[in-house]
Amino acid sequence: MHSYAFFRGFVRARRAGVKTVARATGLLVLLLFIVGCLTLNPQTKRTPLNTQTNRTLAVMTHDSFAVSESVLNAFEQSTGIQVDVLKSGDAGVALNKAILTKQAPLADVLYGVDNTFLTRALQENIYEPYNSPALASIPSEYRLDPQNRALPVDYGYVCINYDIAWFSARSLAVPQTLEDLVHPEYKGLLAVENPMTSSPGFAFLLSTVTHFGPNGFVDYWKSLKANQVAIADGWETAYYTDFSGASGKGPQPLVVSYSTSPAYEMIYADPPRSDPPTASLDGPDTCFRQIEFVGILAGTPNRALAEKFVDFMLDSSFQEDIPLQMGMFPVKTQAKVPEAFVQYAPIPSRPAILAPEEITAHREEWLNLWKETMLP
Amino acid sequence: MERDDVAVAGMEILRPLRNSFRDGRTLLWILPAAFVAVFFYIPLAAILRMGADAALRAGLGAFSAHSILNVVGFTFFQAILSTLLTVAVGLPGAYVFARYKFPFKRLLRALWIVPFILPTVVVAAGFESLLGPNGWVNLALRGAGLAAQPFPFLHSLGAILLAHVFYNTSIVLRLVGSAWERLDPNLPDAARMLGANPWRAFRRVTLPLLMPSLLAAAALVFLFDFTSFGVILILGGPAFSTLEVEIYIQALQAFNLPAASLLSLLQIGTTLILVVISSRLSERAEAATLRVGFRTARKPRSAAERFSVAVVLSVLAALFFLPLISPIASSLVRTEPARGERTAVQAGFTLAYYQELFVNRKQSAFFATPIETARNSLLVATATMLIALALGIPASILLSRPRRLDRLVEPFLLLPLGTSAVTLGLGMLLVFSRPPLALIRSPLLLPIAHSLVALPFVVRGLKPALAGIPARLRQAAATLGASPLRVWREVDFPIAARAVLSAAAFAFAISLGEFGATTIIVRPEFPTMPVAIYSFLSQPGGLNYGQAMAMATLLMLLCVAAVTVIERTRES
Repeated sequence: MHSYAFFRGFVRARRAGVKTVARATGLLVLLLFIVGCLTLNPQTKRTPLNTQTNRTLAVMTHDSFAVSESVLNAFEQSTGIQVDVLKSGDAGVALNKAILTKQAPLADVLYGVDNTFLTRALQENIYEPYNSPALASIPSEYRLDPQNRALPVDYGYVCINYDIAWFSARSLAVPQTLEDLVHPEYKGLLAVENPMTSSPGFAFLLSTVTHFGPNGFVDYWKSLKANQVAIADGWETAYYTDFSGASGKGPQPLVVSYSTSPAYEMIYADPPRSDPPTASLDGPDTCFRQIEFVGILAGTPNRALAEKFVDFMLDSSFQEDIPLQMGMFPVKTQAKVPEAFVQYAPIPSRPAILAPEEITAHREEWLNLWKETMLP
Repeated sequence: MERDDVAVAGMEILRPLRNSFRDGRTLLWILPAAFVAVFFYIPLAAILRMGADAALRAGLGAFSAHSILNVVGFTFFQAILSTLLTVAVGLPGAYVFARYKFPFKRLLRALWIVPFILPTVVVAAGFESLLGPNGWVNLALRGAGLAAQPFPFLHSLGAILLAHVFYNTSIVLRLVGSAWERLDPNLPDAARMLGANPWRAFRRVTLPLLMPSLLAAAALVFLFDFTSFGVILILGGPAFSTLEVEIYIQALQAFNLPAASLLSLLQIGTTLILVVISSRLSERAEAATLRVGFRTARKPRSAAERFSVAVVLSVLAALFFLPLISPIASSLVRTEPARGERTAVQAGFTLAYYQELFVNRKQSAFFATPIETARNSLLVATATMLIALALGIPASILLSRPRRLDRLVEPFLLLPLGTSAVTLGLGMLLVFSRPPLALIRSPLLLPIAHSLVALPFVVRGLKPALAGIPARLRQAAATLGASPLRVWREVDFPIAARAVLSAAAFAFAISLGEFGATTIIVRPEFPTMPVAIYSFLSQPGGLNYGQAMAMATLLMLLCVAAVTVIERTRES
């Protein structure tokens, strides 16, 4: 109707508008042409969600999801399922979007909810239970949901890495505990991430909550601040810019990172090394355990495909791909882990473990306390 | 008898309604009114209910009354500071533009509108590439050996203020500059003659005369600073939170919907008051401005004059052009390694970031080629343009020749203007994510939200153009037997074509850059360019950074094209 009026006006108008309208029409045609070209790109052809003959599975994840193309392609080819990976922000935002849209789900599967968010996800009933046969080969310590709505996929430890050469060159003893870090000889040596913007940063905050208790951790952070802790917004900045043990050769020899980081330093060392440049502290509660889960979103019309994908994530090919792609450990007992991980990323002896319900109930409160202490 | 009286009184009351039925006015109203009712007022009601519930019963969880005060306080604080700085930068600029002739004046004046319509994510990317840890300023500082570590310009109050000044200086230049041009130069001269020094002449004569337009400009700048979202989210970092940003954080990160709704209510209330104040001040400024122009602009004469004009223009040019040029440069030069890349950087010219836009990497930010987001954006913008015109044209026809009933309806149609984009997105998410109106998966929800944002601008642009058409022409056509539709087609449309085109381009540009509502209701498999740029910016590594800059450059070019259409149609 309107385009009709538009073109009638174009033909009949004898007043000022003619040239302008002609130009605009030209522009519109050009625009539609561009859109057309972009649409014709063969890669962009995909079937719409939710149709009857659908073989497309939508998997919602956080932004740090990664998988080898060969592994995912093999799954797509053997099953005929096309997997759309929908990265939807960090783990919290992805989960909250899934909760808000649970009555009209945006995807079929949600991966990336970790033990710090698990209770919120379960309380909001966003998952359907799925008793995958693959669960049999997963130790029960990772299976935090007895109803199998959220199934564990991988786990890892957020630890404090130190620069071995830096400490030996100065004959300074490596700190052993969280308490040591506020001693004057370690003044200005620790780089951490902002827990409001970074998930390892939040994990380290939880380490301190576990160790000093919900009433004591604020005082500990005050001492850290007095001891000139460096705060970065994200892990990459803390590790590659602030940390002296990584390629950036920054000023701080201690950094909050992952227990697997020293293994990465060995695998990607150029030229190759015989001994690791960094290692993790292993004191009481210096490491925090993260477990990441996958679940089938309630109400999905593609339940059968979703089950296949969950089985695939718990199967050896995907599980063995996890360490090098996401820096985490596979939950499957039989999954092989690269040699460097076995050697240089030992499992911490006394990790901090906090009940998921506790974390969900106090997340905002602890973050607010942290913000008020550290960013006044 | 009595019953008859009642009936007559009833007829009296209903007469405007009946009349408007008879001549088809109600028919014209149906579409825009129903649209705004369903897509704006139902979501608004959902927020109202939840916000009232939070205030009265449910409580705010971890979000305390103390935090509300902090957020409101900082929102006002940064808006006041930004406005003062913007006026301080804009006032000398307005003077130079009003009183002096210099090369490229016309071109510079035409470019004023560019920052105004530039998407916030593009501006944020611009400042990121200028001042970020791997930005040009920090690279220069390190290159010159002045700093070992990147200087943290970003994530500071300074970065927020600078971006706001960049955004809004053009408002001061436009409004105050044009008032200054029309200010009788004999008045300050007379004051000087009577013995006042230049400062006193300015303070006692010029400033009072400029005051109406200065206040109008300041109110508008304040409104934009108060509701700013992308700039504060991206450039301010986690330590700074305004109402608009906190609504987003509480809704999507903290998952505290009651707190988000309560903050939305505060935001709506305040912006409504600001909109009313701002439009009052604009009307007053319009009334106070003389219609005649004084052609007093001249070339700077003395060396001191030339120097001052050059300084003012260089500051303005640096402010306008550096954030625009710098992301283009960053999209073409490699300065840091990609994520996971552990070798030294091969710095230098590269087209890799543009080529990467066409590659579907399973590990990268999206499941599809990033360039697809450009297609998504163009599709959404085209749909927005069509919807906004389909609603805006009938509404403007009615409002250009308003009757009593129409005047009552107008504020309801324009209320979305006073509502923040994040609030709009939150309301839509609350209502349309569940039956009976589970539209969240519909590809039309995004253009619908964008149309609500664009509609007030479309109506504001079209109404005066339609109102300016002489009624005689229309009456003549009607007398000669043309139907109302034919009258519109033969008389109104040809005259109003330019305005329609300009409004269409405006709606198109608004949709291209819309970020606040989009980031909340966007379907993850259908991201638009601003969402993609934000996603690339918030992920580490040189490849993501370079792709953010390449996308920002593309989006900037698209917006400049839309602006060119607007300016062309406005000029000729």
